[in-house]
Amino acid sequence: MRIRRRFAILGVAACMVAAGCTGGSTTPSAPSEAPQGSGAAAPSAGAGAANAAFPRNETLYTSGTQWGPPANWNPLRTWDSATGTKGLVYETLFLYDPQTDKFTPWLAESGTWTDDKTYELKLRQGVTWADGKPFTADDVVFTVELGKMKTIPYANLWDWLEKVEAVEVGTVRFTFSKANYQQWANWVYSNAIVPKHIWEGRSEDEVLNGVNEKPVGTGPYTYHSHDQDRMAWVKRDGWWATAALGKDVKPKYVVDIVNSSNEVAMGLLLQKGLDLSNNFLPGVANLVQGDFGVKTYYPEPPYMLSANTAFLVPNTKKKPLDDPAFRKAIANSIDTKKIVEGVYGNLVKAAGPTGLLPQWDKYVDQAVVSEKGFSFDTKKARKLLADAGYKDGDGDGFVENKDGSKASLKIIVPAGWTDWMEASRVIAEGAKAAGIDLTPEFPDYNALVDQRGSGKFDLLLNNERQLSNTPWMYYDYMFRLPINKQQNTVNFGRYENKKVWDLVQDLDGKKADDVEGMKQVASEIQRIQLDDLPVIPLWYNGLWAQTSNAVWTNWSSSDPATPKSPPTMWRNWLELGGVLTLTELKPVGG
Amino acid sequence: MRRYFGRKLLVYGLTFLVAVTINWMIPRFMPGDPVQSMLARANVSQPAAVEAMRAHYTSLFGLDLPLWEQYGNFWAALFRGDLGTSIWLFPTPVTDVIIRAVPYTLALLIPSILLSWWAGNRFGAFAARRRWLDNTVLPIGYVLTATPYMWLAILLAWGLGIVAGIFPVSGGYSFAMRPNWSWEFVGNLALHWFLPFVSLFLVAFGGWAIGMRNMIIYELEADYSTYLSSLGASRRLIRRYAFRNAVLPQITGLALQLGVLVAGALVTEIVFSYPGLGHLILQAIQNQDFFLLQGTFLFIVVGVLVANFIIDIVYVLVDPRTRTGIGGEAA
Repeated sequence: MRIRRRFAILGVAACMVAAGCTGGSTTPSAPSEAPQGSGAAAPSAGAGAANAAFPRNETLYTSGTQWGPPANWNPLRTWDSATGTKGLVYETLFLYDPQTDKFTPWLAESGTWTDDKTYELKLRQGVTWADGKPFTADDVVFTVELGKMKTIPYANLWDWLEKVEAVEVGTVRFTFSKANYQQWANWVYSNAIVPKHIWEGRSEDEVLNGVNEKPVGTGPYTYHSHDQDRMAWVKRDGWWATAALGKDVKPKYVVDIVNSSNEVAMGLLLQKGLDLSNNFLPGVANLVQGDFGVKTYYPEPPYMLSANTAFLVPNTKKKPLDDPAFRKAIANSIDTKKIVEGVYGNLVKAAGPTGLLPQWDKYVDQAVVSEKGFSFDTKKARKLLADAGYKDGDGDGFVENKDGSKASLKIIVPAGWTDWMEASRVIAEGAKAAGIDLTPEFPDYNALVDQRGSGKFDLLLNNERQLSNTPWMYYDYMFRLPINKQQNTVNFGRYENKKVWDLVQDLDGKKADDVEGMKQVASEIQRIQLDDLPVIPLWYNGLWAQTSNAVWTNWSSSDPATPKSPPTMWRNWLELGGVLTLTELKPVGG
Repeated sequence: MRRYFGRKLLVYGLTFLVAVTINWMIPRFMPGDPVQSMLARANVSQPAAVEAMRAHYTSLFGLDLPLWEQYGNFWAALFRGDLGTSIWLFPTPVTDVIIRAVPYTLALLIPSILLSWWAGNRFGAFAARRRWLDNTVLPIGYVLTATPYMWLAILLAWGLGIVAGIFPVSGGYSFAMRPNWSWEFVGNLALHWFLPFVSLFLVAFGGWAIGMRNMIIYELEADYSTYLSSLGASRRLIRRYAFRNAVLPQITGLALQLGVLVAGALVTEIVFSYPGLGHLILQAIQNQDFFLLQGTFLFIVVGVLVANFIIDIVYVLVDPRTRTGIGGEAA
């Protein structure tokens, strides 16, 4: 008996010793990290000296994009592939700069409409895939033709594209059955080209669901390693842009850290362990104002570039929200300023009545807006309700439906999205002051997606459409017809208006450089939009970006001396200039 | 002996069956549709493409089958060691995801459970009937056991991690490193491991120490102790006998506490963003990843059952009375 117990104790003691000595062995390394002036969590030059893979002065640490371990490197899966798969490895034909509304030829050298329905693309010469094979017109044709598989995200392209062919070396001709110029302009910069010689022969399932472990692209980086909490890319030699455009990415390694929590991101940023944080960090304004070495695009409100619009979406199939007058009353009852200042601490901007992002200002018809726009005015909201015949019959302070039944509405936002939860409280408060019985509810995100898709909600907040080359994207989001049983991505409010949807399609048919033509159609759309208010724009969410100058400098900002490309690693933003930001970085002291 | 273990195994088998069934049921009765939210994330704008993808994924995950068929397939796949494909980390197999997380969780759990049990018992036995220790240890022990795991973890993370800056507060190892067999890496691993371990250790330690102290006092007042001391046996000898008797309920306690300890470890992992199973469970729930959730729970259920079984065996070895009881039955 005694012997047995001794053994047990011995085992445990061994455990302790092991723990003790591993604990002890860390002590010598601690001082070497001290010169960086950071806690042990921060990656530091000291730790990198001997064994670490990523020397601090050659590594760019980013975060804010991935919400889970990197699971695939498939550029067609733009929504869950590892950060940088599209952008750092696979590249697009063009880049688009939303600030200046300019397309930059990237893998393409130029693209022109030779007639109304034919588009000719000249490809850049001398571009090679990471495995040494040349990039050719066949790769482009192959990539576009992948869309013939029904489950590929851009399969609908083939509804209006007739054929694509490589006419000669380096030239691809697209023949359209219906030229949707706006959508096409969007397609050429938002889809990555994949190498035919590697992807050929993959089945539909492999193309859509494949992990694509060894991504071979044309971009500046290639796969280095990954783990549950990070994705690491290493710079490759022979990126075409260095020779062709004189652009070079300075960081040898890019390590993107999987988001865990705001506190962790904030801690890493303050310890100089993170160079670019694209996380939403509430209260970051204080850090920017104080001396913490954290910078944002603007040194003053709104601090960030605008990235998307947060809309209040009423279900237009439900009483009394089916009445435009009622929706207008709600729009007038919301104190957006309180949301911007109180909830976000000025990190966002109040939205204009059209909801078009500041980058699209030129498409906003100010005359229409001043005639039909709305602003926070509780009195007016009450008057609108009274004029439309909504009365408070039972004296509970809230109006009823016209048939006398109670009109108690709910606004839903996902549980845990604290900023939205606060915002929805402000909205409900404003509505109640105007006599509308509105209460916030916080279902689980997935339950919310269910209700949203099937139209079983009263009001919700949504910001799914991002900034892009054309306001068509937003109008598509607001007005798309027909209404299906499930509305997964657009027109959650199930607003049906054939006339405006025709206008939206008209807009799609305007050439990308026909700004006047676009404006004209946009103005007509805005007229109907502001009369009917199918969605109520609230605020412009920021392109959350906190940068640190500890290791890399020359981050994009409003300062005239710095670049203007968006400082971000977000999905689908690298082709909006995120990759250019990397080429502008300079090492500290180098 | 065989009958004893046979009966035990039967009970464990039944528990396993019920646990797996409940485990299979719960995610399916949660509100929401995982494919729907997966598509919502995909943010594909074209309704036609979305419909095609929905059909594809629904049949891929077998969610279009009748429930009983899904249940049958689940068991069949289980025996092949196939836990399905993760929705959250599509298209990684659930087994892979779990295998990557398990070492972290075991490295936290095994040392903290064993060490806290051993040290707590030792310390409690030592403190019993020693006035000044009793006056200090007892209150501290009470405070520690009453502390929720995550609260202590947050305090430690804040105090030793953020304020003092000695320990990192997140991750399994430094972001500047890649796994390799160097002392530096192992050291870094240990540094990241330390705080979550300590928070688990301390809470459990308090409980064992109090339990043991009370048991020892009880044993020291038992007739055999009085008898021994009247025979002139040394204090040391009496205490040793008292300890042996007192440790038995503590072993039973360990079996009972195991589930709580595992749950505590899961919460602690979340606080420290430690890449183990707890972290996975949270993510699986948030992303409505049925298959991952099932897989992790299954793993935990099996783990707890196995640990309980081991404790059963240990009990037989440690307590001579059980052995004679079983022996008598067998004979």
